[in-house]
Amino acid sequence: MSTRLASGGRLLNRGRALEFQFNGKRLMGYEGDTLASALLANDQMMVGRSFKYHRPRGVVASGAEEPNALVNLGKGGKFEPNQRTTTTELFDGLYATSQNHWPTLEFDIGAINALFARFLPAGFYYKTFMTPRPFWKHIYEPFIRQSAGLGKAPKDRDADTYEHFYFYADVVVIGGGVAGLQAALEAGKAGARVLVMEQTADWGGRAVVDGVEIAGKPADDWVKGVVQALEKMENVTLRTRCMGAGVYDHGYILGYERLTDHDPVLQGPRHRLWRIRAKQTITATGAIERPLSFAGNDLPGVLLAGAVRDYLVNWGVSVGDRTVVVTNNDDAYRTAIALVDAGLSVPAIIDARPEGAGALGAVAKAKGIRVEEGKAIAKVKGKTRVTGVALCLQAGEGAVIDEIACDCVAMSGGWSPVVHLWSHCGGKLKWDDAQAMFRPDPARAPTGADGEGFVLTAGTSSGELGTTAALADATAAGRAAAKAAGLKPKTGKAPVANDVDETPMAAVWLMPQGAGAELKMKAWLDYQNDVKVSDVQLAAREGFESVEHTKRYTTLGMATDQGKLSNINGLAILSQSLNQAIPQTGTTTFRPPYTPISMGAIGGSARDELFQPIRKTPMHGWHVENGADFEPVGHWRRPYSFPRKGEGLHDAVNREIVNTRTNVGLLDASTLGKLIVKGPDAGRFLDMLYTNMMSNLAIGKCRYGLMCTENGFLTDDGVVARIDEDTWLCHTTTGGADRIHAWMEDWLQCEWWDWKVYVANVTEQYAQVAVVGPKARQLLEKLGGMDVSKETLPFMQWADGTLGGFPVRVYRISFSGELSYEIAVAASHGRAFWDRLLKDGEEFGIMPYGTEGLHVMRAEKGFIMIGDETDGTVIPQDLGLGWAISKKKDDYLGKRAQERSHMADPERWKLVGLETLDGSVIPDGAYAVGEGHNANGQRLTQGRVTSTYYSPTLKRGIAMGLVHRGPERMGEIIEFPKVDGTSVKARIADQVFYDKAGEKQDV
Amino acid sequence: MLTLQCPYCGVDAEETELTAGGEAHLKRETVGASDDDFEGYLFMRENPKGLHFERWRHSYGCGKWFLAARDTNTLEVFGTYPAQSKEPPKDLRDKISAKRPGWSWREFK
Repeated sequence: MSTRLASGGRLLNRGRALEFQFNGKRLMGYEGDTLASALLANDQMMVGRSFKYHRPRGVVASGAEEPNALVNLGKGGKFEPNQRTTTTELFDGLYATSQNHWPTLEFDIGAINALFARFLPAGFYYKTFMTPRPFWKHIYEPFIRQSAGLGKAPKDRDADTYEHFYFYADVVVIGGGVAGLQAALEAGKAGARVLVMEQTADWGGRAVVDGVEIAGKPADDWVKGVVQALEKMENVTLRTRCMGAGVYDHGYILGYERLTDHDPVLQGPRHRLWRIRAKQTITATGAIERPLSFAGNDLPGVLLAGAVRDYLVNWGVSVGDRTVVVTNNDDAYRTAIALVDAGLSVPAIIDARPEGAGALGAVAKAKGIRVEEGKAIAKVKGKTRVTGVALCLQAGEGAVIDEIACDCVAMSGGWSPVVHLWSHCGGKLKWDDAQAMFRPDPARAPTGADGEGFVLTAGTSSGELGTTAALADATAAGRAAAKAAGLKPKTGKAPVANDVDETPMAAVWLMPQGAGAELKMKAWLDYQNDVKVSDVQLAAREGFESVEHTKRYTTLGMATDQGKLSNINGLAILSQSLNQAIPQTGTTTFRPPYTPISMGAIGGSARDELFQPIRKTPMHGWHVENGADFEPVGHWRRPYSFPRKGEGLHDAVNREIVNTRTNVGLLDASTLGKLIVKGPDAGRFLDMLYTNMMSNLAIGKCRYGLMCTENGFLTDDGVVARIDEDTWLCHTTTGGADRIHAWMEDWLQCEWWDWKVYVANVTEQYAQVAVVGPKARQLLEKLGGMDVSKETLPFMQWADGTLGGFPVRVYRISFSGELSYEIAVAASHGRAFWDRLLKDGEEFGIMPYGTEGLHVMRAEKGFIMIGDETDGTVIPQDLGLGWAISKKKDDYLGKRAQERSHMADPERWKLVGLETLDGSVIPDGAYAVGEGHNANGQRLTQGRVTSTYYSPTLKRGIAMGLVHRGPERMGEIIEFPKVDGTSVKARIADQVFYDKAGEKQDV
Repeated sequence: MLTLQCPYCGVDAEETELTAGGEAHLKRETVGASDDDFEGYLFMRENPKGLHFERWRHSYGCGKWFLAARDTNTLEVFGTYPAQSKEPPKDLRDKISAKRPGWSWREFK
């Protein structure tokens, strides 16, 4: 029976009771409880079920390493799955449900898997569900999906807010145990800017639980004194509930602060992600106790010995009335002694070492505790909770000597330093045979920009398990960090603790050491993913020799706890199976974050409007007011169309096109990239960037140009205008403005740095409006101010002037095939100018049109669109744009590439128009099939659609596509299969469907 | 996340302010180059575990391109220098020699 004792619990405030719910049951705890301690106080031993076999599972640890006791926490917008009860502080009204079972925690159908455990070994899924193929989709996968998964994904929007916080420190100390505090004190005294992060709500770590005395004072008092001293230092920042999540390149550290999880009534962000740059980082992250591998070590009631002690000392919880302690080291004796001192029963300490323990063994015996030396647990008795253990010889195969009734087993397989943060950025480990642990190798620390180490470890995380040694190590680390940060550390003696002599631990990887198959199949390594000793041994037999492969094959250490308990035990078993030393096997990679951090914290305030800044044109407000249907184009939002009330989107697009071609349309073209290229060498520079000549463009004229990559592929296009002797204005695509600007800078700075050219991106300085259609000129003449006649301002020329009082630059360029003026005004005039055009254009039937109208009209004219006709594998020659490639130039970007044999190959797919025989619209991206089949039995292809639309002008479907030798095959009919199994036939035709002679734009 | 000092504005720039630009000191091959030489220019790149020379741009700062000598394994940065350099400057090469005696990278040593 797990219960709350009448007294004790150093973290509890018994004056404030808290009510919470677990699986609908109303339970009570106290302020200071974790959800785990409160559940145990209410005898809720079983908290969840395991992933694969749905075995009953209870709390096994007391901190971040907990693999079993995960719950769904909260409801609705506060719901979160897979929350560790051991790191969830209790608050009034907490609502938790258990997970991974159906229909109930107590009765679970999936537990039937456990009966077949013999047939579900490592790699079972890989081996079994291979064939027959259709079974996978219809039988295996649905079954696995139903039974797989831990918690359920949240359905509602996250109701909380999150934030990022930036911090610069000389020294960051991760971990607020006695070592972390001592290291921080030393660094702080040296004047370093120090940040100390402790993942729990309380300072002191293990020492305060274990009743250590430091500098002649109880550890609790010593900790309080040091924390007070640190609080007084202006250069020191202390944070509890803040976990060091990751250590990255050049001293970049992530901290994860949980601000309101412990009390959701609090206002403000729930989590805060600390983005820290530290000159030096000290990881004082302590150690994690290892389980022992014996049969039934996963039953609810089997806990780590240190955890049993934590629940007793910190929260006044007795996990069992009768606790059997099983160990390979002296530390677990502290648990037995603490339990007996609290008036609880310890029927036996089972010590695998024949020689037993040192001073603590004598204390235990003096208290009348039965100590069984050289013994082991053969198996744990019980179905859903512990009822007893069977005793055997550690050296044997498990023949039962005795049975001991108990309701709790406290196990200790030794301690593993938490080396995660040390390892994140490349810190190396060394194997310590005496303590059977990997510990940081200070000679191979993670290195920073200066080539020197930037991470130090302190205390237990260095592998120093004794308190005095840990404090000495921490003192040295604090001083070394301050020194490395350029400060002068103080001298003096490190504090000393009252350590007792301990007998060395013994490496025990399996209990008993000769356990047979029956026992090994019940000896768990990874509780959450149900990986047992037998699974790892099987993997080794099947040839998985690399620890990384074994991990993936068995899923050892791949659960949400990332193997914090199972890692060392698993690789020790693997090493034994491979008959090699543990350091030869090595560890898997430690990756950040240390424990899972919320997606909300990673996102910070970057959600909704702040997720990504949206670029808006000066006329954006009008578009919104007039019901524009927006589409994203790069970071811009552009109106796709302006549907009227009750009008479908498709109808709106058609209306806008027809009106533009018969009256006058208005397009917000402000997003078009505008780059000023200026200087004595600007013409020469543009001749290199564009495939055609730009240096000989006359002042006042415009020319369409193409840009290719050095690989020869078309990357951007646009109209270039010559402004004056040494100034050109290059229009780029909307999405290409920043990229092309950067591209120009790259060539000017890194290749032709002696050329005298400046580039300025003035895209946002101008609002640009295309006034398009047969009545465009009439409208501009009504506005008045400059001569826009064909004679003064012919096609492909530009002029400065005024229109309706607005200073303007007018380009006579057309992307629609109609009479068209693209008019640039200062961005600040954009909205007023737009409004004026609409008002004055009313009598001409003016209507704005959106990007879809633009697309359809350009396709009717056979104009290409970057991103539709091009995809990074298309050269201008493929698109019939040979006319825009200068034959006179010696060089331009992409010229040499286009000379390669494959680029000049007549077999390339080339651009043509496609007319469906039935007038329908070919599906976007459809492929034309040819004769024959490929090696996979698929039809060979001979072309694909690049643009396809319904043309309201021609009242039929039109398309462009790249077709094998297309331009040589005019009139041929090719077939495009559709996803519904039918196909559509199309005739290869000229890509210009509308006004082939180009008369309408040149009026 | 790396920090590199921009040799133009002197800022110790976070990697989020920078754009990586691949290998440094490429020689542009163009019309007249053999297929092999052109292939080398376009595609063939060093991929060292150790000393490397790279192009970086201080995109969200002064906008300038610069070059960096850095160890891809230990993350040590030996130095940064202007993009307008045909070869790593001598003082930088000396500095690297002091720390990595006998180093070589492409045609440089």
